[in-house]
Parts: sequence; structure tokens; C-alpha cells
Amino acid sequence: MKKTVFFGALATAALASGVASAATLDEVKARGKMNCGVTTGVPGFAEPDANGVWQGFDVAVCRAVAAAVLGDSDAVEFVPTTGKTRFTALASGEIDMLARNTTWTFSRDVDLKFEFTGVNYYDGQGFMARRDLGVTSAKELDGATICIQTGTTTELNLADFFRGNGISYEPVPVETGAEAAQQYTAGSCDAYTTDASALAAQRANFEDPTAHIILAEIISKEPLGPLVRHGDNEWGDIVRWTLNALIAAEELGVTSANLAEMAAGTDNPEINRLLGSEGNLGGMLGLDSDWAERALAVAGNYGEIFDANIGESTLINLSRGLNAQWTEGGLLYAPPFR
Amino acid sequence: MTTLADQPVKALNGSFKLSMLLNDTRYRSLTFQFIALVAIIAFMAFVGGNLVRNLTEAGLNISYAFLGEPSGYDINQRPIEYDSQSSHGRAALVGLLNTLIVAFLACVTATIFGVIAGVLRLSNNWIVSKIMAIYVEIFRNVPVLIWILIIFSVMINVAPSPRDFRGDDPVASMMLFDSIAVTNRGVYLPKPVLGDGSFLVFGVFILSIIGIFAFRSYSRKQLFDHGRLIPTFWPSVGLFFVPAILMQLILGGPISLEYPALAGFNFRGGITILGSLIALWFALAIYTGAFIAENVRAGILAISKGQTEAAGALGLRPNRIMSLVVLPQALRVIIPPLISQYLNITKNSSLAIAVGYMDVTGTLGGITLLQTGRAIETILLLMLFYLTVSLLISFFMNIFNNRMKLQER
Repeated sequence: MKKTVFFGALATAALASGVASAATLDEVKARGKMNCGVTTGVPGFAEPDANGVWQGFDVAVCRAVAAAVLGDSDAVEFVPTTGKTRFTALASGEIDMLARNTTWTFSRDVDLKFEFTGVNYYDGQGFMARRDLGVTSAKELDGATICIQTGTTTELNLADFFRGNGISYEPVPVETGAEAAQQYTAGSCDAYTTDASALAAQRANFEDPTAHIILAEIISKEPLGPLVRHGDNEWGDIVRWTLNALIAAEELGVTSANLAEMAAGTDNPEINRLLGSEGNLGGMLGLDSDWAERALAVAGNYGEIFDANIGESTLINLSRGLNAQWTEGGLLYAPPFR
Repeated sequence: MTTLADQPVKALNGSFKLSMLLNDTRYRSLTFQFIALVAIIAFMAFVGGNLVRNLTEAGLNISYAFLGEPSGYDINQRPIEYDSQSSHGRAALVGLLNTLIVAFLACVTATIFGVIAGVLRLSNNWIVSKIMAIYVEIFRNVPVLIWILIIFSVMINVAPSPRDFRGDDPVASMMLFDSIAVTNRGVYLPKPVLGDGSFLVFGVFILSIIGIFAFRSYSRKQLFDHGRLIPTFWPSVGLFFVPAILMQLILGGPISLEYPALAGFNFRGGITILGSLIALWFALAIYTGAFIAENVRAGILAISKGQTEAAGALGLRPNRIMSLVVLPQALRVIIPPLISQYLNITKNSSLAIAVGYMDVTGTLGGITLLQTGRAIETILLLMLFYLTVSLLISFFMNIFNNRMKLQER
């Protein structure tokens, strides 16, 4: 009940303040810090390291935005949110942006009044099961007990998938990924379903990752991306184009190694426009001309961030797949900087 | 009496001036109550108006239309027919029933725990009373959410998983002639299946229960009228079981049992009691039991020692002194705080989502809220649910309290 009242108060506060806060950019500048909503801890995507510093793929987007806006990639207050609290936190103004494995759906965009600023990871819902269970396909999971994170799109996809295939299951709703992993490893559910990237991330933390397999079926489209409140288009543009800058930089071959050299001016006008040596794209955003350079200086371009946090050299071991550049058969396609 | 009652009448007859509203003690309290009432109404109107205005500005409107739309999600414990095509309203109803189920079970169990612990804490046996003191202090001084999580994680880690029952030489085995399976997903029990003629068995069973009551009142009458003590315990037990079992055998077993059996990933068939329900039920019961134990102890200590001694002097044995003399009087002190504890159990059951039990906070206030984004509507509805349930509990417990309290004539 206490929790309920708390949500009620939050929701009311959300509606009271959602209208008032229009100029997020000014607010963030005045505060000197950006509040970024992240998960409560998914390895590779957002998790505090041994020193308590947040690291990860989603965290890198927050840091890039903070660097572009405030000039300091550490001027970010990371606010851990659960599947349940994330939207209220964003709507109430507690956080300025949400970078938390959040699926871009119609109702979230339109009905919940948020604005998705792009996709930083193309994902799909998968299943993980113990290898010795002998299951190779999700269609063999008839009658199985399945752990799901509640308050996410996954429980709707799951219901649809099992109904569509005419098989039954027992749902075990859990609140956080950590709880799900605890129940799954204790054997109180046969399979665990969530976005395939998160499955890979959590499996990396298990005692014996090889004892678990991720089943072949991907049962949904889950475009994950950062989002902001509806109605503040200037702030939305900043987040959208910072993400696009990271993606475009990879396509254009701008890396953290050659960034300083490129920023001085190149033969490629698009790189020049992106990094501010030509034109005034930064000014149009309400920032200065070095905004993209600062964002790229934090951890490099999209590809570098991917490789460092969740790529094949890390424990999480995700291949680029759909998340390769469009020139390499993937879906990443940043609109032109012009 | 007469003079006091006459005064207002006189004043009404006499001239009434406006200033009397403030200066006259007979009207002053009414004046202030009226002002307070107006202030409260004005405040509520302001808050409500503010909410509606902000909602309209944000382009949102209060609508309960979502209750009729398909929910799209599944629930693991369904007291009534429900699937993912059912409406959000039905999901809320399933959640409400689940709340009531766990609250009822926990109230009954907590009362049993509490009465036993409260009585034993006053025991003359040093070890027993200290053990009960430790139970009370440990359980009521740690938050109930922690207990729910502790009990749940102990359960899922200690109890065997269904896989352990498989194979030629299984790690775990079923209990009681292969009829009960205790797993970390829940407890699987045999389910009675009603065949033709089972209503006869039921009829006989109900008749034998009526018989037990008749026999008990007869034996009581014999005791009070003629001083004859007729044993009641074994005849009652016999009456309870024998006729119904005889009828079952005569009719060739119309009521059969469906045993749970391992099929696929889980046990199937029989009745399933989910692990999350058990953990929540047990945690709420043992936590609130500690509070009830203190209420019971307070109630017993409120009865003067002379009552116990007088009953002892009449030759009553200690357990009869407790059940016939002390507890009936102590109930008057125990029941009012007991009502609060029952309300606490009902409200604390909203922590169910911590172990994945789908109560009304989990369905309506959890998944439905998140999927529809209708926060204000669902929270208001939730408040209404809990308020109604709590008021109903209070209402019935107060009736019970009025029956138990000292009848003054």
C-alpha cells in the first residue's frame, strides 16, 4: 500500500510538473548536471563498476549527451530505475532522459507522451534455458515455468507467442533482472525470457555460462533507445542528434584515435560539419560548435562503445548483427549532417 | 437531567442573536465545526480542481475505458477463468481475489501463531517463555518485506526443483504414498474429483457434522443438569469420519483423487499451491503473529490474578482455567487491536510483487498500470479496493467485538 501511495503521489507530481518544465536544456545547464535514468544493473549496458562509477553501453549515451551539453562527461547523475518506475521518473522530471533498454512502441510514444530519440540497439525477445533441459526451440517449452520481468513489453509478447503456437506456460513475474536471474539459477523457473541482449549480459555473470543456451527463436522486435519527455523538442533534438553523431562518426571513420586530427579540418565536408570546423550545426541545437567532438571524445564512436561494453571481446560477447552500419548489412543509419 | 435538557429549548424560545454563535458556549463548538467542515470541503475541491486542470492541460482525461480492453498478459494463479484475452477489469478481479485469498489465510494462521505464542510467553517454564520472547522480538523488529524475501529465497534454494524428481534414482521423491510433491515452485496436492453419487457422501458428511453439534449440546446438557461427564472427543472424531467414509465405500468410491504427476517440465494435475503464495502467506502470518502474541499477552495480563486463583480454588485444571476463565475475558482487550492487525495483514499483502504473487497491486496497480499508462485511474481504483476491503473487515470484526464485550444492563 505504501508503495501504491508513493506511485500515486509520483504520478500526480508527474502530471503537475510535466507541463511546467519546458526548457530542459536551460534547467540542465543551470543545475550543472544531467539526470539520466538507467537500469538497476544489467552488465554491459549499465552497471556501476568496482569503484562505483557507472559503465556500460546505455551509460555511454548519457555521458555523450552530458559532454555535448555541459562539456563534462562526469556531470551525470545516474538514477537507477526499474521497469515500473522508469516512466514516472521521466514524466515527473526526476530524470532528463531515459537510457534504459526501453522498447520503442506506439503506445509509449503516443499515449504515454514520450519522445523516442532513436534506436541505439536493435533487439528482440529471446529465451534462455539450461542446456541439460534438452530444449532447442521455444516451441518445445509447452507447460514450462517461465520467469518474466513485469511491466515490460516482454510479458505481452510472451502471452502472444504461446497463444499463437497453442501451447501453455506458467508465468513467474519478477521485478528486476537480478531477481529473475536468482530464481532462474535456483531452478524455480525452467526458462527466462527478456531481450536477447540482456540474456547474454546476464548469462555472462552466471557461474557457468556454458551450461545455459539462448534459444534460436527471437519472438519480437525490440528497438531499444533513449527517450525524453514529449513537448520539449529542443532537448529531444539534442539527445537525438548526439546519438546520430555517435553513429555517423563510425560510418565516417571518426574514432577516438583520429578525433583531434579530424576536428582540425578534413577534405570531407560532412565530417567538418559534424565536428564543427564548417557550418554552425551546434548553434542550431543551442550548443557550441564543438558539441559533437566532445561527445565523441568520451568513449569514441558507436562502434567503439559497442566493442568496449558488449562486443565480441567482452564477456557479454554480442555480435553486431542488426546493429552494424547500413553499409555493412545492419540497420544503423544516421540521417545526414547538413 | 431536566435542567440540562431544558436549557436549549429556553434559548430557542428566547431571542437568538448572531453574536451568540461565538460567545455562547452552547453554539460555539457548532460554529467551529461548521467552519472546519467548510475549510475541508474547500481544500478537497481545490486539490480535485487542480488535478483535473493539470490533466486537461497535459491533454489527459480520466477514463476507465481501459478496464474493458483485453489485458494481453497471463496470471499464474487464477481463482476464476482468465486468460490473456480477458479484460483488464477481469485481471483486476483476479488480483483482488488473490489478495483476499492470501489475506484470509494469513489472518487465520497469524491468529493461531499469535495466541499460542502469547499464551506460552506467560508460561512458568523459563525456556518456553524465553523462546517465545525471542520469536516475538525477532519477527516484529525486522520489516515484513525482508521476511517475505528471506522465506522465499530459502524456499526456492532449499526445496528440490521438479527436475530432481525425474529419473530412475531421483534426488527427491514425493511424500505420503506419492501424493504430495514439495518443490521450489510450489506444493502439489491431490485434487478430489467428484463422480456420480458424490452428493450422497457430502450429504452424509453434513449430517454427521450436525450430529456432532447435537451430541455436544446433549453432553453439555447432561453435564449441567445431571452432573454426568460424557466423553465427547473420540465420539466426535468418529462421527466426523466414519459415516462419510462408509458411504464412500458403499457407493464404490464416487469421490476419487487426482494425483499430481510429473509431466513435461512440471507436475501436472492435482491442486497447485504456488511457492510465492506460501512464502507470502507464511511471512505475513509469522510476522503479524508476533504482534498478535503481544496483544494476547496484554489481554491475559489485564485479567486480575484473582480470577486465575479463584478458578484454581474451584479445582479447574490450568488449561481449563485458560480456556474457560481467562481467555474469554481477555478477548475483550484483545479484539480491538486484533482488528488493526487484520487490516495490517490485508494491506501488507500488497508487498506480494516482491515474490511474484499476482495480487491486486500486481495486476491492476502493476502490469495494467504499466501497459495502459493510466496511473491515476488505477491508483484511485486500488485505493477504493483496499478501503472497501479494510472497512468490511472492520465492520465484521466490530460486530464480533460488540458480541464479546461486557454486556452492561
